Amino acid sequence: MTSLSPKNLPSADLAPAQLERGVSPWLDAWRRLRRNHLAVFGGVTLIILSLLCVIGPWFSPYGYQETNLANTFSPPSAAHWLGTDQLGRDLFTRLMFGGRISLMVGLVATFVALTIGVIYGAISGYVGGKIDRVMMRIVDILYALPFTIFVILLMVFFGRNIVLLFVAIGAVEWLTMARIVRSQIMSLKRMEFIEAARSLGLGTPRIIFRHMIPNILGPIIVYTTLTIPGVMLLEAFLSFLGLGVQPPMSSWGVLIKDGAERMEEYPCLLLFPGTVFSLTLFSLNFLGDGLRDALDVRAAKD
Amino acid sequence: MLRFIARRLLETIPVLFIIVTATFFMVRFVPGGPFDSEKATTPEIRANLEAYYGLNLPLHQQYTNYLKAVVLDGDLGRSTKYASRTVNEIIADKLPASLQLGGLSLLIALVLGLSAGVLAAVKRNTKIDYLASSFAMTGICIPTFVLGPILVLVFAIHLGWFSASGWYSWQDRILPSLTLGIVYAAGIARLTRGGMLEVLNLDYIRTARAKGASESRIIFKHALRGGLLPVVSYLGPAIAGILTGSFVIETIFQIPGLGREFVNSAFNRDYTLVLGTVILYAVLIIALNLIVDVVQVWLNPKLKFE
Amino acid sequence: MISPLRLSCLFVCFVGTLLSVTLTGCGKKSPSSASDSAPGSKILRIGNGAEPKDLDPHVVTGVGEHKIITALLEGLVTYSETGDIAPGVAERWEISEDALTYTFHLRADAKWSNGEPVTSRDFARSFQRILTPTIGSEYSYKLFHLVGAEEFNTGKLTDFSQVGVATPDDRTLRLTLKHRTPFLLESLLHYAWFPVHIPTVEKFGGLDRPGSTWTRPGNFVGNGPFVLVDWKSHQKITVTRAATYWDAANVKLDGIDFFAIESSDTEEREFRTGRLDYAYSLPLSKIETYRRDHADTYRATPYYGTYFYRLNVTKKPLDDKRVRRALALAIDRESIIKNILRDAGQTPAYHFTPVSQKFAATARLSGDLAEAKRLLAEAGYPDGKGMPAVDILFNTLDSHRTIAEAIQQMWKTRLGVNATIQNQEWKVYLDTTQTLNYQVSRAGWIGDYDDPHTFLDMWITGGGNNQTGWSNAEYDRLIRSALTQPDEAARMAVYQKLETILADELPVLPIYFYTRIYAISPKVKNWISTPLDNRAWKWVDLAD
Repeated sequence: MTSLSPKNLPSADLAPAQLERGVSPWLDAWRRLRRNHLAVFGGVTLIILSLLCVIGPWFSPYGYQETNLANTFSPPSAAHWLGTDQLGRDLFTRLMFGGRISLMVGLVATFVALTIGVIYGAISGYVGGKIDRVMMRIVDILYALPFTIFVILLMVFFGRNIVLLFVAIGAVEWLTMARIVRSQIMSLKRMEFIEAARSLGLGTPRIIFRHMIPNILGPIIVYTTLTIPGVMLLEAFLSFLGLGVQPPMSSWGVLIKDGAERMEEYPCLLLFPGTVFSLTLFSLNFLGDGLRDALDVRAAKD
Repeated sequence: MLRFIARRLLETIPVLFIIVTATFFMVRFVPGGPFDSEKATTPEIRANLEAYYGLNLPLHQQYTNYLKAVVLDGDLGRSTKYASRTVNEIIADKLPASLQLGGLSLLIALVLGLSAGVLAAVKRNTKIDYLASSFAMTGICIPTFVLGPILVLVFAIHLGWFSASGWYSWQDRILPSLTLGIVYAAGIARLTRGGMLEVLNLDYIRTARAKGASESRIIFKHALRGGLLPVVSYLGPAIAGILTGSFVIETIFQIPGLGREFVNSAFNRDYTLVLGTVILYAVLIIALNLIVDVVQVWLNPKLKFE
Repeated sequence: MISPLRLSCLFVCFVGTLLSVTLTGCGKKSPSSASDSAPGSKILRIGNGAEPKDLDPHVVTGVGEHKIITALLEGLVTYSETGDIAPGVAERWEISEDALTYTFHLRADAKWSNGEPVTSRDFARSFQRILTPTIGSEYSYKLFHLVGAEEFNTGKLTDFSQVGVATPDDRTLRLTLKHRTPFLLESLLHYAWFPVHIPTVEKFGGLDRPGSTWTRPGNFVGNGPFVLVDWKSHQKITVTRAATYWDAANVKLDGIDFFAIESSDTEEREFRTGRLDYAYSLPLSKIETYRRDHADTYRATPYYGTYFYRLNVTKKPLDDKRVRRALALAIDRESIIKNILRDAGQTPAYHFTPVSQKFAATARLSGDLAEAKRLLAEAGYPDGKGMPAVDILFNTLDSHRTIAEAIQQMWKTRLGVNATIQNQEWKVYLDTTQTLNYQVSRAGWIGDYDDPHTFLDMWITGGGNNQTGWSNAEYDRLIRSALTQPDEAARMAVYQKLETILADELPVLPIYFYTRIYAISPKVKNWISTPLDNRAWKWVDLAD
């Protein structure tokens, strides 16, 4: 047990950092985050992966679209570190290019869904009454509308466009987040410290965003880390419908899907994209857990 | 509570109405029609087909006809893709398989997910937590279209314990339920762990502990109830999704379920079947979200029906 | 505690182990058929593609449906054991001097599965049914060779007695054609010409209604070698040998299970575990494995079809013949077949109609890369400079995408022409293509019958399947004259001219000729390959 943040210890044993005075809460959180080795590992891995995807392709001797039909399905070699695909394209290069798309989609679309979901759910849960009922019935309606049809319509009316990808994904992924946040807010609403804040005359937005949301960061972060892989794979389905990345550009979702079809013959084509995908998700998760612990206001309150 | 439920049921009517209306017009604006095929047909043949299915009428008239048939007779219309079948028949035919698959998967998901989540939270930052958490993470990282074929290759083809696909005997139920169940188990485990950790830190748990309540009583009586809130919210739509079938699983395992109809009806522009499946799904979603709201009040007495 | 690195490694190892287990597993087992039916009975279990739309020959359009319907119903003619045309319900026929009248003599012992005799009136009323406008049959056009058929189908003629179908007596059927149709007998093999049991159809919904329940097990009355026993939607359709079939003595199988399996990956795994005797198609990724390790089950046989790209000739820059030609010449068809299709027997297409026993086009798209570059420069785009990007459209499917990606690169590196790729969902793709809202669009065409006419009449001006905007007066004149030629040699000569025009004008870029690739258990006997992949089920046998 060497790498634990103070928060992880039984709450009675307070770590020295928490007892120090005059330290800003952000700096405090940062310190705690830094001590969480898993979170640091996650963060560092994410940074390395992102850098690799953003900068890496410039150093690659191959293009993502560059075919070499004489050299298809080659195993990893000095020339092609991770081998080549069905068109003789360099898998490593395609992974880096695909990472740009997947990381962007995963982070941006999730952020969109997160923002909408949290704000919507918080308002609905806090305000309650008729407004809550109408807002939640809208959520029910959006759940039920046929997604495939919605996506095809989007594409037909607006053409192919990366922004649409975020719209399409954002439109479905925020719903569950909103319901989770709403139920959490509703259970917080009657807690003493919120009643106290209200009696102090604090405005509703301030109460929601300064006092309530920090208290429900846990479920939000956990659900966000569940959303990201869903979003990245959804992107592969959307490109099947013709929305999102178009060949020869690729994404991790599409590479995994392609790899899955050849997993018996050419396992590398699944193994490498799958590994990078998993590594990213594990890292995000470690980072998410660490962040949650570091930002935990209750721990600071103690 | 009864008043709460009654009011929600009343609210269902306008919600369903909006869903049906929106879907009805959405499908009509999608390019391509039910009778488009690779080999061109003559305009006369197309006109005849459209007349037979009532698609030649003005759109508003088709809409009122449809609503009338659904509301008055519960008749969801004829499928254009499966020429000799009605939508009612297709749903009645396919729903049982989806329910079976969904029920089993749900069971697996809940048992695995909840126990892994609770264990991980209670034994936080021990090997047990890491094991349970990495199981959950693994489930999240492997998509069904990878996990399904891998399970088939290992257990059906290599070991020969099960059939590779099909839906004929009870053995055929195992691999698909496992594939679908593990995915949801992963999500449930993560949310349970997160929710439990939140609650285990709260004052009332500490109070209970200080009062000398037994650890298992604390976990199951107090912590689990509060900690399950996010899981329950997640479960509403998740169960609706599980019970109406999974396109990927049903395709990989060749299961005669409704999940494929959801997706294929949209691809086939089988308007009536799209609407039929959407109505079914909408009813499920509404019902489950209602149940979720009731369960949450039960779990957390601080909440009230409002 | 476990380090994060080790955690991740754990996962990779987990997947890796699973994969390696599967890898060592594949290739070892030879497909074996553990029959789950009663001992001694011969039940053939075949993968049959998607769930059939229906089993009514006047309603359906698919290939999978064809396979089932030919087990349940029989037309005037059928396939012989070797794949030639053989007498079916008609035991013999005469063709008039001018080849415009066909007189079929039905056999006396042809029976429906309820014991009633199959009469010429059954055929006449079935033809009337498929041509009835309200039933909206998409294959009614296949009967348009008959005098008055098209007029009846489009409502211009309401009296069916004026259509060229006569029944002088119960066992004689006379068809009168509006033009010579040298491939009429081949056409008759298609289910659009099959009879249905009229009283049954009337009982369950009426002759002029598509999609009634007469096709359900228990209701279905057929005249084929097998009868319908069970239809589990999206699972399987079961047929067993018909006692009433006139040639029952020759039927080898006791029954056939048609499994509805959409995914070829799933189908291949079912075949590998021995639960199928026949997999309708093999996934591209499995072709090499099967050819290498399961040569006894792997089959690749010629298929009468062409994979090609339509070019929209109404839009710049593809309105210029030189540009079309340059693009056509820059495609390395051999490399596509060898490296992408894994050399499964497809042949590169340098003309449009696949080679058959009747017809092999002599016209050929020929020229080298230098000529392609020269043509492009002449068109005003030296080395592709100034040429707007060309968009390649295809319906979402892996192999289409891979070929499009390869061709995009070929055009880029060989001609300097930029191309973009766009995939669309099937119905959107159909809409985009039919409304000429594309530049280059992938397509495939399988012949309706075994004759070059089915390929070459596509390109007539304004034809429903043209979809390129291409129009050529000489071509139209020639294709119209084809069926009036005095003999087959003259007719084939017309097709040669048509191919020459196509090879010169290039409204489409032929890429390769199809091959049927499938897996079949060595126990299946008498499985013949025909250009359209059809056969009569009565000949197929299953060894123990």
